Amino acid sequence: MKEAMEIVALSRKTSRLSALEIMESVFDDFIEFHGDRSFHDDKAIVGGVATLNGKPVTVIGNQKGHEVQENILRNFGSPHPEGYRKALRLMKQAEKFNRPVITFVNTSGAYCGVEAENRGQGEAIARNLIEMSKLKVPILSIIIGEGGSGGALALAMGNQVWMMEHTMYSVLSPEGFSSILWKDASRAKEAAELMKLTAQDLLGLDIIDSILPETNEEGLLPHEDILKAMRETISSTLEELSAKTPDQLVEERYQRFRKY
Amino acid sequence: MQLFKKRAYIPISKHTQINEENDTPMVPDGMFAQCPSCKKAIYTKDLGTQKICPECGYTFRIRAQKRIELTIDEDSFEEWNQDIPFENPLDFPEYDTKIQKAQKNTKLHEAVLTGKGLIDGLETAICVMDSHFIMGSMGKVVGEKITRTFERALAERLPVIVFTASGGARMQESILSLMQMAKISGAVARHSDAGLLYVTVLTDPTTGGVTASFAMQGDIILSEPQALVGFAGRRVIEQTINEELPDDFQLAESVLENGFIDKIVPRKELKATLSQILRIHY
Repeated sequence: MKEAMEIVALSRKTSRLSALEIMESVFDDFIEFHGDRSFHDDKAIVGGVATLNGKPVTVIGNQKGHEVQENILRNFGSPHPEGYRKALRLMKQAEKFNRPVITFVNTSGAYCGVEAENRGQGEAIARNLIEMSKLKVPILSIIIGEGGSGGALALAMGNQVWMMEHTMYSVLSPEGFSSILWKDASRAKEAAELMKLTAQDLLGLDIIDSILPETNEEGLLPHEDILKAMRETISSTLEELSAKTPDQLVEERYQRFRKY
Repeated sequence: MQLFKKRAYIPISKHTQINEENDTPMVPDGMFAQCPSCKKAIYTKDLGTQKICPECGYTFRIRAQKRIELTIDEDSFEEWNQDIPFENPLDFPEYDTKIQKAQKNTKLHEAVLTGKGLIDGLETAICVMDSHFIMGSMGKVVGEKITRTFERALAERLPVIVFTASGGARMQESILSLMQMAKISGAVARHSDAGLLYVTVLTDPTTGGVTASFAMQGDIILSEPQALVGFAGRRVIEQTINEELPDDFQLAESVLENGFIDKIVPRKELKATLSQILRIHY
């Protein structure tokens, strides 16, 4: 078993598969769509349409870069309100055309800045939570790196929520957690253990439904294998979810989060 | 002669000497309060029953029980959901004692008080958060109380009024605290889809996960004057951008200018405004 802080470091590695890479290789026909239709195109959130086994889907995710240049462009995966509004626009579009939504979460949190506050970061997240709770199509959410706070939850109110093996999902970063609780950011390691933020711990707490392996007995799996397995599990799960009625989907999603 | 008269000094005995460790001016506890907004020292009696700063109009943080008293018609409040048991879902060290201490100090079961009552004779469900209880932070019990209030209000076809006051997530419950945002949002959505009214009243401070969920989900969003309303904490933002923020940043008045609050209502007029809103929607 890895220590929690090791998992945190792995979840932040810039060499991880990015949302766009997953969208392009797991799905076919991916077309990226931009903009929230009211203010801006937030590049920390990407999304569009694609097909899987010939069936249309909507895909949305946090995009981080592999190197500094792209990370600056992507604001390190931390969205502004317009990013959440773009995500919501794409979800409503999916609902209109009755296709499932798959979200790929990888953010340390919604961006903490003056502009983000002025444009209603809280309102944007709050609206996504309401709208996702009653979306009439299947939502499948997968944490593919960091899942930080309300900024992650705003894309992660799925009928099912999965995590890749080396990812984290938490209310706050362990650094932030220890500085709030003990006024000492250097106790992050201790905080990470207490917070129960690894995929293993969260599966145990029934916060997530399944873990996508990134290793086998021999070590790290190559990206191609991970993507192939992801395609298979997403396909079979969507088939299962798409067989349900809109009312069933909404009810099951409600109950999934009601239990906490 | 007067000229040579020895001046009479006041004798200072040893025990009346100012204690060096304790050399602050001696004012009986609770007689003066510093206004968090204008920083002036206010004679507490001047705050009145509504707890309003006579200098700048800032409305002091008040206890949930007091809020009920100011908002709900006398003897009409019926408390709901007092029986939800405390849990320490992550076995967080010393969390149990922290809760017990907060319960003792505030005489509250948790950081939110829920129930129903009348406002000028109109029936409504109501949730009042209290920042004196671990900064009004949201854990499982808070989330459950608010969710059940929305569910019961839906069953009884009542409007819901929520007074928010919160520092955000309850750290000791970590991820389960985050899940409350999703849980409550689901209940708000169902109540809303049934055509029922939801009014939020933002009070000082409304931040973090509460802002990013039910505080911003009201059909009508009111706020008390000068309440701090935001998602990220001021200090966090200052550290992120490495510069100081203006004084009015995240004050309700600027949040209204940005388009996220319907109306700022002084505490003295709050009951009348809520009553008017309820009447229009009844």
